[in-house]
Amino acid sequence: MNQAALQLEEQYAQKFAKAKKAHRTKSLLKGLLFLLPSIILFSVFLFYPLFKTIYLSFFLTDSSGATTVYVGLNNYINIFTSPLFVKSFQVTFLFVLYTVPGTILVSLFLAILANEKLKGIGIFRTIFSSTMGISVAAASVFWMFLFHPSIGWLNQILAVFGIDAIGWLTDPNSALISVAISTIWMNTGFTFLILLGGLQSIDSYLYESADIDGASYFYKLRRITIPMLSPTLFFVITVSFISAFQTFGQVDMLTRGGPQNETNVIVYSIYQDAFMNYQHGVASAQAVVLFVIILILTLIQFKLGEKKVHYQ
Amino acid sequence: MTIPTHQKVIFYLLLIVSAFVIFAPALIAFSMSFMLGQDVMSGKILPPSFTLDNYVTVFERVPLLRFLLNSFIISIVIMIGQLVLSSLAAYAFVFLKFKGRDVLFFIFIATMMVPFEASIIPNFQTIRDLGWINSYIGLTLPFFALAFGTFLLRQAFKQIPKELKEASEVAGMGDFKFFLTVVLPMARTSLVTLGVYGFLTSWNMYLWPLLATTTETTRTVQIGLRQLQTQEQLNEWGVIMAGAIIVVLPTLILLFLGQKKLQKGLAEGALK
Amino acid sequence: MNLVKMQELAKSYDNQYNVLDGINLEIEQGEFFVLVGPSGSGKSTLLRMIAGLEDISGGILKINDKVVNHLQPKDRNLSMVFQNYALYPHLTVEQNILFGLQAKKVSKQEQQQRLTETAEMMGLSELLKRKPKQLSGGQRQRVALARSVVSHAPLCLMDEPLSNLDAKLRAHMRIEIRRLQKKLGLTMIYVTHDQVEAMTMGDRIMVLNDGKIQQVGDPITLYNQPANLFVASFIGSPKINLGKAVVQGQQLLIEDSIHIPISSSLLSRLTEHQDLTVGIRAEHLLNGKENRNAHSLEVINVEQLGNETLLTFEVGSQIWTAKWLGQWKVSVGDMVPINISIDHISFFSTKTTELIKPATITTTEQEEVIV
Repeated sequence: MNQAALQLEEQYAQKFAKAKKAHRTKSLLKGLLFLLPSIILFSVFLFYPLFKTIYLSFFLTDSSGATTVYVGLNNYINIFTSPLFVKSFQVTFLFVLYTVPGTILVSLFLAILANEKLKGIGIFRTIFSSTMGISVAAASVFWMFLFHPSIGWLNQILAVFGIDAIGWLTDPNSALISVAISTIWMNTGFTFLILLGGLQSIDSYLYESADIDGASYFYKLRRITIPMLSPTLFFVITVSFISAFQTFGQVDMLTRGGPQNETNVIVYSIYQDAFMNYQHGVASAQAVVLFVIILILTLIQFKLGEKKVHYQ
Repeated sequence: MTIPTHQKVIFYLLLIVSAFVIFAPALIAFSMSFMLGQDVMSGKILPPSFTLDNYVTVFERVPLLRFLLNSFIISIVIMIGQLVLSSLAAYAFVFLKFKGRDVLFFIFIATMMVPFEASIIPNFQTIRDLGWINSYIGLTLPFFALAFGTFLLRQAFKQIPKELKEASEVAGMGDFKFFLTVVLPMARTSLVTLGVYGFLTSWNMYLWPLLATTTETTRTVQIGLRQLQTQEQLNEWGVIMAGAIIVVLPTLILLFLGQKKLQKGLAEGALK
Repeated sequence: MNLVKMQELAKSYDNQYNVLDGINLEIEQGEFFVLVGPSGSGKSTLLRMIAGLEDISGGILKINDKVVNHLQPKDRNLSMVFQNYALYPHLTVEQNILFGLQAKKVSKQEQQQRLTETAEMMGLSELLKRKPKQLSGGQRQRVALARSVVSHAPLCLMDEPLSNLDAKLRAHMRIEIRRLQKKLGLTMIYVTHDQVEAMTMGDRIMVLNDGKIQQVGDPITLYNQPANLFVASFIGSPKINLGKAVVQGQQLLIEDSIHIPISSSLLSRLTEHQDLTVGIRAEHLLNGKENRNAHSLEVINVEQLGNETLLTFEVGSQIWTAKWLGQWKVSVGDMVPINISIDHISFFSTKTTELIKPATITTTEQEEVIV
């Protein structure tokens, strides 16, 4: 029997191998066909530009962006030594420092409030998430008025309390904070929505069993809600970091990087160097630095996000 | 779970105050868009009189209708492009087995590490060299491929029992037909979520339309608002606010309609 | 005529771990063939190999005398019913049933004709416009069957199709599937982990464990002459009672506690085996009230089932169960006389676990009286 089977197998082996190979080739082609549109677009608008950016960062360019002189690492040395660029990095990091904790705390507060099962809670959830639907341009216009030195609401409110008017966007000391405040407002909607989703996926049995044990509201918040929410929280923190580093629109609308470059965040700086001053090389070097920062943040997220620790 | 009454009162108080604070900037803008210029300048909070003049004026100042139309076209084209490309890619990652699939999946993940801002200089050069400045294609095509969308739909497709695919194999149904007649209808909810997300983000896009449009023919409404703001500077706040309200209205309506789905879908695509 | 033929069929992953090995089998036209085994035994893998959903690593698979190893599922002319039914939730019952026919481009007219025919046969005519969500478990099961029937494929594969149903419905569907198969003359290959399902439905059964065939045969043969200890304990409920045994003089000593005299002819067959394991079915541990040679055993548990009574004893290191027909007033701790006949005992080699000698009498006196 074994002998016969072996013979048969040999006889058929070739046929099977051929069919298998044909099938494999067919599935490979099919797979590629489904992925091809995405692969082509990623190549053209993502991978190619990435390498081109790195390439450009070693050159000086003319006004059309064509390379002229190879300068090696000079562009990098330049951006890490010239006070203007150093300022831009400082501003960016400060901006991130203001907006990330601000956004998370405000959104978390709102999400915890909106997670209560109360009548009419749907309306509040909609309102809290509404800033997600408001574009950077429109939001900037709203806040530009609020920050207006004489007729803006913020100074009017301060006046009620007898506090002197602040030059929110014009005073170098407050400009960055003002932009940060408006940014926190803009980002709240999205962050709130994600956090609310995270809260709603926590098993209600956990709360019920805590209720039976007679746990207080804040005890439950501290021992159940926050630990169970930690994966979501971690996700929104990294997303907030990344989007803070990518800030552009509100700076362009509210301050144009001023006053005295106090709000000249990195993307705005890239924009100015590349498209106002036509220095694609220097701008590319900054873009590479931005890429590295985001790369590191994303890697941290993947690395830690995988574990989905509950930090308890 | 029942909540004690005094706790309920506190919650409602906090909710109402927060809601007011969050909604205030939009509400103020809304109210201002109906105010006369001199009322705005004198720092009035509620409109003493009601006027639609600002809305009429804003359409005269800038070709807002043109901008709105452009934004609609661009957002819808990007949305459709993202849905098509993401669902095709997600299908390959879930239902097709082939050599190199994992490598390709890793490449898709890697794209999330490249911010658009970091590759914007060569992209601008590409579009310029192709003569696509001020064209719809230049404004939309770079955004069709979307790793986030692929992941979101991949999650949704994974919920579909693999037996359905096997049953279709036994029955002799081809992949593309299975994709169209079974997978897409079954993942409807996630497709809607991604569609809403795609429309929202495209409508609100700022940096790229700023670079890729130099004339008013394809300019989007966001850049139109910027143009309006630069022109008006300080004086006619009512007109600017009217423009801003028009800009946010479509996305706000979309968000109100799709908030629940979006909340679920975003969390799923992002976290699992 | 055989419809499905397997020669030295094997399945391994990465050329290392053998999931299935040396499967030789012929399944006849019109036969209800059951693959049974514990989870992980490879039964589902084998079924999926026949369907073409899994690659075949070695050996030959023939359907209808045609080698099909290299063919895609759709080219093998078979239908399949899945454990979770694999109904398309967004399609109506009608669309679900016709799903495969549309894929195979059967003419509209023919589709309608087959649909009416099948729906009537399966009692689904009233439900055609409903979605699977609106159906009960049994109805969904029927739709899945209908999809199989409507394809007119001569070979039907079923992968644990009843495991999602409750016990009552399962018993009912067993009969329904069986009747349908006979009526249509289908060849059925049916995978289950439930030995009752296997026994009640199969014309023939193949017991699979660890990727190897343990025994192939009709239900009664498997029950009466289990090829090895695995089959003996897998088939039958309550489980067969097993015990280590040695031959001492003219007696068999089971678990160091029960002595049974044996004839010299039997003795000669057993002496060559050093270590014996004996098996005796629960219904063969009889009430020994009228027998002076009965063994007195202490009852450690009683299960009253109404029509029968299950008594549990400790025999050496083993727990044995006796099944007595009718209702018996026995309490835990009672000493009960048990009659063990040598004719009811099957002998296995402990080392190889293979059967040495099956029980010579396989029915009980009680049953004989009834018959």
